[in-house]
Amino acid sequence: MNIDGVENGIVIDHIQPGDSMRIYRLLELDELDCSVAIIQNVVSRKHGRKDIIKIDQDMDVDLDALGYIDPRITVNIVQNNELVAKKHLELPRRLWNIVDCKNPRCITSVEDEVDQVFELVDPERELYRCVYCEAAAEKQAL
Amino acid sequence: MRHLIDIRDFSKEEIDELLGVAERIIADPIAFQDRCAHKRLATLFFEPSTRTRLSFEAAMQALGGSVLGFSSADSSSAAKGESVTDTVRTVACYADIIAMRHPKEGAPFLASRRSTVPVINAGDGGHNHPTQTLTDLLTIHREKGRLDNLKIGMAGDLKFGRTVHSLITAMLQYEGISFVLMSPPELRIPSYLREMLDREGVPYLETDEMEAHLGDLDILYMTRVQKERFFNEEDYVRLKDRFILDTEKMQYAAAEMKILHPLPRVNEISVKVDDDPRAVYFDQVKNGMIVRMALILKLLDEAGKESTK
Ligand SMILES: [Zn+2]
Repeated sequence: MNIDGVENGIVIDHIQPGDSMRIYRLLELDELDCSVAIIQNVVSRKHGRKDIIKIDQDMDVDLDALGYIDPRITVNIVQNNELVAKKHLELPRRLWNIVDCKNPRCITSVEDEVDQVFELVDPERELYRCVYCEAAAEKQAL
Repeated sequence: MRHLIDIRDFSKEEIDELLGVAERIIADPIAFQDRCAHKRLATLFFEPSTRTRLSFEAAMQALGGSVLGFSSADSSSAAKGESVTDTVRTVACYADIIAMRHPKEGAPFLASRRSTVPVINAGDGGHNHPTQTLTDLLTIHREKGRLDNLKIGMAGDLKFGRTVHSLITAMLQYEGISFVLMSPPELRIPSYLREMLDREGVPYLETDEMEAHLGDLDILYMTRVQKERFFNEEDYVRLKDRFILDTEKMQYAAAEMKILHPLPRVNEISVKVDDDPRAVYFDQVKNGMIVRMALILKLLDEAGKESTK
């Protein structure tokens, strides 16, 4: 377990190599005051290579957003240098304001202050559709 | 609060019940003429569609209710930049039920989430038009006496025809249905529908021929093939007549087959076919009003039950 360097905070582990910067932006980690470490291309017993993000502050992490990016990611909560909880993720049933609908005919493209909501319609294909217009979510768009 | 946004919002049982009410209205319209006295329907048409709006208004008036509304976005508050949700919340203060048409997909769904009265989707872009599907179901039921064990042919533009897509979706719930999907290769049904048919194990055939299959069909659902859907002029000229229904092709059709069309028609059905007893597309217009009456009654009834809870 890679919790070194985190006293009270979060270690996001088993990130697909190369995805750490996307997650950094998605979780808006640049806005934190604490130290944040991004470790890329670590050798992993489970997956060959992986990225890790260490955040030295206890914060609410959007587990749905992470689960959408990659359900294999694990989130470790550290208190006083000890691992106190390990959260395994799953594909969330709904995505709230994580992806924007790209359909120009969708009502969300014109109506102000509407939540962007996507629903999981096919877990096997990890397919999400906009609840308004049923356009598929584009993963690359994150 | 119950709304009708997507035909899948209603179960098979609810659709059957709705068609039952429609049949009772047809049998005895007088019994229903005051059922919506002192009730008001708002028709919010952010995009003009005279046919659909008239059908809703006629339905409400046949129930003894009154109507108000607007028929294009530039005459409404939308032109001043008011949001759909604000328009709906305002109108819900005057009306007991709302029928809404909007060029943007999902607008009626968004409206239903904020509305204090039932919302009916009267068409949202190329997305949903559930009352057209109810109209089609009532027509098939009236003409054939059943909604199961039918071989349904669909001809024309099956790629962009949303009425085709939602009729296929609705018919999947019934036993013994099979489809013959007749279109130019460029205008076949979208892949999500093909996947749905495969998943449900519903037999279907995709073909660019018409004559060869007409003899087997119980229902022929015609749609328009628009010139602008083709990639080139050559393909259009080659294929345009193949999906036009004329008296010559009708010779191949079974005596009991019925022809439906969501209307308006351009040239995909020859006017000479209109006098054929198998042509029921104008009866379909009447059925559209009747089924909207049944729908208004159902949604108002459920809203009433909710408010007395
Ligand atoms: Zn959308």
